[in-house]
Amino acid sequence: MGRYVIRRSLQFIPVFFGATILIFALVFAIPGDPIRALAGEKHISQTVLDTLNERYHLDEPLWKQYTIYITGVFQGDFGVDFRGRPVTDLLKQRLPVTIRLALLAFFFEVVFGVGAGILAGVKKGKFFDNFVLISTLIVIAIPIFVLAFLAQIIFGVKLGWFPVSGIRDGWMSYMLPAIVLGSLSLAYIARLMRASLVENLRADYVRTATSKGLSRRRVVGIHALRNSLIPIVTFLAIDLGALMGGAIITETIFNLPGIGRAVFEGVQKQEGTVVVGIATFMIIVYMFANLIADILYGVLDPRIRLE
Amino acid sequence: MSDEELNTSTGRPEQTPDPATIEGAVGREDRSQFAMGTAVPSEIGVDIEQTAEVNARTASLWSDAWRQLRRRPIFMISATLIIILIVMAIAPRLFTSIDPRACSLTDSLLAPSSEHWFGTDLQGCDYYSRTIHGTRVSIAIGLTVTFFATGIALVGGSVAGYYGGWTDTIIARLTDIMFVIPFILGGIVILSLFPTRGVPQVSLVLIILGWATMLRLVRSSVLSAKSHDYVDAARAMGATNRRIITKHILPNALAPVIVYATITVGVVISAEAALSFLGVGLQLPAISWGLMISNAQARILTAPYLLLFPGLFLSVTVFSFILMGDALRDALDPKLR
Repeated sequence: MGRYVIRRSLQFIPVFFGATILIFALVFAIPGDPIRALAGEKHISQTVLDTLNERYHLDEPLWKQYTIYITGVFQGDFGVDFRGRPVTDLLKQRLPVTIRLALLAFFFEVVFGVGAGILAGVKKGKFFDNFVLISTLIVIAIPIFVLAFLAQIIFGVKLGWFPVSGIRDGWMSYMLPAIVLGSLSLAYIARLMRASLVENLRADYVRTATSKGLSRRRVVGIHALRNSLIPIVTFLAIDLGALMGGAIITETIFNLPGIGRAVFEGVQKQEGTVVVGIATFMIIVYMFANLIADILYGVLDPRIRLE
Repeated sequence: MSDEELNTSTGRPEQTPDPATIEGAVGREDRSQFAMGTAVPSEIGVDIEQTAEVNARTASLWSDAWRQLRRRPIFMISATLIIILIVMAIAPRLFTSIDPRACSLTDSLLAPSSEHWFGTDLQGCDYYSRTIHGTRVSIAIGLTVTFFATGIALVGGSVAGYYGGWTDTIIARLTDIMFVIPFILGGIVILSLFPTRGVPQVSLVLIILGWATMLRLVRSSVLSAKSHDYVDAARAMGATNRRIITKHILPNALAPVIVYATITVGVVISAEAALSFLGVGLQLPAISWGLMISNAQARILTAPYLLLFPGLFLSVTVFSFILMGDALRDALDPKLR
């Protein structure tokens, strides 16, 4: 087991550097001189230009800029924006919003996704099963931003159950965005859970358990369910990372000041350091989520780690 | 090679005999087992008697799948919708005679009526015509991106899965790198590099971001297909690696790829709309559902139909491809039969 964890973790080192180099190179390939862009119409002297270029290492070659940057990241320094404010401060300020949103969405996914999947799987071919299959397909098909507007119009404006946007109403203001953000994964989880349970219910060990006289409740609840939860658990682990990054559209539409909107604003304002800082952070989170999913998979299913 | 054998390897549906006689001749389970084997036997020289027997049933995976698909309403519905959408993309004039760019400001923001079925937008353009014409970019991007991403995945995935070793390690790490970059984040960052963004630029970026998942799928399909006896048999007969991959492994690893590719068309169309909506995808004066929804968002209370119609078309398009993928999965997976 230890060896499996170590091997998996080591494999992520090149992935980490590869992904961060890629984002770094892409962002700083955005044409235009950021210092001049910042100054706008104002004339700035060559001395100021040189000083600023030196301070932000803009005069160094790209690989050296990256080395300086990534060393900082390991020390918890994600760079500064062009107003001199550390990106870490921005993260500290924006992150709680995104975490609250992601956790709430995650909660919906687990409760309703897994719940619907189990009920549908147990009652395969019945009305509820078909209902789950069709409704999840519809949810998967509607793009998230269309879903967000529909939710705003129906539940926010017409019915008035939830605040339409902003974060002034505490937890209530997170409800609608969280449902929208979680809906896609919720649908996937319900389908995955159903498929996995149906497959396991057909397995030989379930037949054995039934034929030795165990109650249906025990066969499904203990024997089949445990095995069918394996793919769900790993999906959920990856998804928690994906939710953090996937909040860009939801946060923009619902006007939530989280890191998703921050990175989008950064791209629009050409604030390269903000974009790279937050993107690097998101990639780290997502990568750890993937790593945890991999390890969980190995823990839960011994066949994987013995490969 | 006789004509009969040719038919088996291409698995032409029109050669299919009446399903009822087949049901009578063999049980369903027998048939699907044969179905897995028939894709290759004529190549590796299974004795002639058995080949002839199989031929009588013409039960390749594909003809079996086709027979099943024709009976499925889900498949028929999604196929009809997709055909309509493709016709709409190629020849929008069949559905509307109004020029989507002939706008008059005096007609600004008219509600849906018999004259303007979907109303008019802020510039006074006919919204029905614009919605119909918006099909083209969505379908074009969806199909182009899926075609190239699948191509990359097929080549990369089969090379990685078949050769293993260092080739596999390098391709797998590259895939991992693309995999940890969130789709929308990557899309925003890369697309903002382009000062002008049309269909080619957006397609290119979506291809770059889209091949990784598919490549993993191809690789694992190839890995499982590689361990079958018919591959060893082909190698024993002196087939080259290239021939083994293209003639023996890929045809047998193709089913999940086709299913996933179909779904990918829908996902790509959705992603294009999302990026255009965020303002980093297609730019005006392009006619795209994502852009239309983006412009509609300021008026979702006064003119909700501006959001509703492109949103509906977009959702139905994505839905059709996902539904088609679902139907194909059911038909192509013998385990589910």
